[in-house]
Amino acid sequence: MNESKPILEAKNLEVRKGGTIILNVPFLLIPKGEILSLIGPNGAGKTTLLQTLSYLFKPFQGEIFFKGEKVNANHSVFEYRRKLAMVFQEPLLFDTTVFDNVASGLKIRRMKKQEIRRIVMEHLDQLGMGHLSHRSARTLSGGEAQRTSLARAFAIQPEVLLLDEPFASLDPPSRESLIEDLERILRQTRTTTIFATHDRLEALRLSDRIAVMNGGKILQIGTPGEVMNHPVDEFVASFVGVETVLTGRVIKRNGGTFVVSISGKEIEAVGEAHLGEAVILCIRPENVTLSIHPSKEATSARNVFLGKIVKITSLGLYQKVQLHCGFPLVAYVTHHSLEELSLREGKEVKVSFKATAIHVVRKKEK
Amino acid sequence: MVFGYWDLGGVKMDLILEGIKKAFWLLITFDPEVMGITLLSLQVSGTATLVSLLIGISVGTAVALSKFPGRRIVISLINTGMGLPPVVVGLFVTIFLWRNGPLGFFRILYTPTAMIIAQTVIAAPIVMGITLVAIQQLPPKLRLQILALGATRLQMVWILIKEAKLPLLAAVMAGFGGVISEVGASIMVGGNIKGYSRVLTTATVMETSRGNFDIAIALGIILLLMAYFINLILTQIQQRERSR
Repeated sequence: MNESKPILEAKNLEVRKGGTIILNVPFLLIPKGEILSLIGPNGAGKTTLLQTLSYLFKPFQGEIFFKGEKVNANHSVFEYRRKLAMVFQEPLLFDTTVFDNVASGLKIRRMKKQEIRRIVMEHLDQLGMGHLSHRSARTLSGGEAQRTSLARAFAIQPEVLLLDEPFASLDPPSRESLIEDLERILRQTRTTTIFATHDRLEALRLSDRIAVMNGGKILQIGTPGEVMNHPVDEFVASFVGVETVLTGRVIKRNGGTFVVSISGKEIEAVGEAHLGEAVILCIRPENVTLSIHPSKEATSARNVFLGKIVKITSLGLYQKVQLHCGFPLVAYVTHHSLEELSLREGKEVKVSFKATAIHVVRKKEK
Repeated sequence: MVFGYWDLGGVKMDLILEGIKKAFWLLITFDPEVMGITLLSLQVSGTATLVSLLIGISVGTAVALSKFPGRRIVISLINTGMGLPPVVVGLFVTIFLWRNGPLGFFRILYTPTAMIIAQTVIAAPIVMGITLVAIQQLPPKLRLQILALGATRLQMVWILIKEAKLPLLAAVMAGFGGVISEVGASIMVGGNIKGYSRVLTTATVMETSRGNFDIAIALGIILLLMAYFINLILTQIQQRERSR
């Protein structure tokens, strides 16, 4: 499987602020070359984890191992930090030229002028900022400033790159353009990257693994497919974009499937669950089909209901349709489908989704 | 110096015009005594400003960046120190340097050195106070970003000071301005000794009390011009940094 050695490993990491535990990560292992994203709401602990991993924040307890060796927080911690690079949500540039900004990390490491010149220009060009090297940092646009901050980070050729919501303050076109460039550079250089974001689409796009955080803990860590399609609990499910989360009890079992009663309706799902067990059903909105055909033609969808459209919201490329079928349900349809089916609020439609498209979370009774 | 005169009933404008004429004359002829006084003013206040920069910037930065019990009290003391009455400073320095005082064995009372000490005590809190605010005003995450770039604590402090160069240049001007124009402490600890510890401000006091208004005005004009030109240079540096 993965033959790369772990480049970063954290054990029993705990951070406290005024007595309260704000980060509690018993174990985290990051293989070399991996792009790991941390997603979660504000206050989840993403920034704290990133800052603790680089010892910008001192943990109450815990150990960090870099390439197998324990990092000593008390002695020359700056030597460890010199192997990492961090980019924040704000560019945090110095009041000087773009060139001097990108060179700052190298000057700190006392590199020679000619070397600095070569490396700085190389990384500025990589991010399309070469022509602005003489400009004052004060005159840059948001996107240009963040590019400079990234170039400054890449210029030191870090072994681990830490990004704390680097695109959050940018307007959509700048964000898109920068994500593309970052993706290209990361694939080329195979730099181990950990980045925090609250945009799950960003995470999906860039990461090898996603870690969902909340309340200072990592709730789930796995490949995008694992996390998105098999969320481990309600919170993760709702955070990764499963819009319909229903709770009910198992009332029937049929071999490989079972039936759950929710608000008087029966929903069939695939999996193992015991009679009477409380379960959570997660249905991704992309898997819900709407139709207005009155016929009773056989489909492979086992779950067919009549639903009333409660609300239609535009999400840009597609429409979010909220329905009530006895239980709340959310579907995504294309603009084309919306028009074709003349969907509008208040209309009754036929709703269907496959039993196999339901992700079941078995509630652990305490 | 030439005997001055004053006319009780005459037009007051005469005094001022005579003063300006005298000033130009003293300058153009490089009157040795006036030159000496001017040079000493620059030396004493310049040295005091430099020393207070060293003390002021290091203490100001240290207080801005650290958390310790009693920090608020220290900051209040610094802010109070910014408005310290120079005569009070003169009084305390005199007591310390008095023959039988704690530092009397140095025998530096009534010397330019004593003046430098007094002026440093006046200027240092001003520099400290402005540095404190200048550093505190930097974006709080900037410190983290600098550390994240692999800086040692010392490198970080140096970079932060460079980032605050605009307000710090203002601190230099405020410190220098405060001491070049200071007279109370300078007279008390310097003694205004001719050719030794007499500076522009103390000489002006003396000439005025003797009624030599023309010479006093001349010295006053030189003092104003000097202060103006030095601040002009510092302002140029500051505003040039600003527009870069």
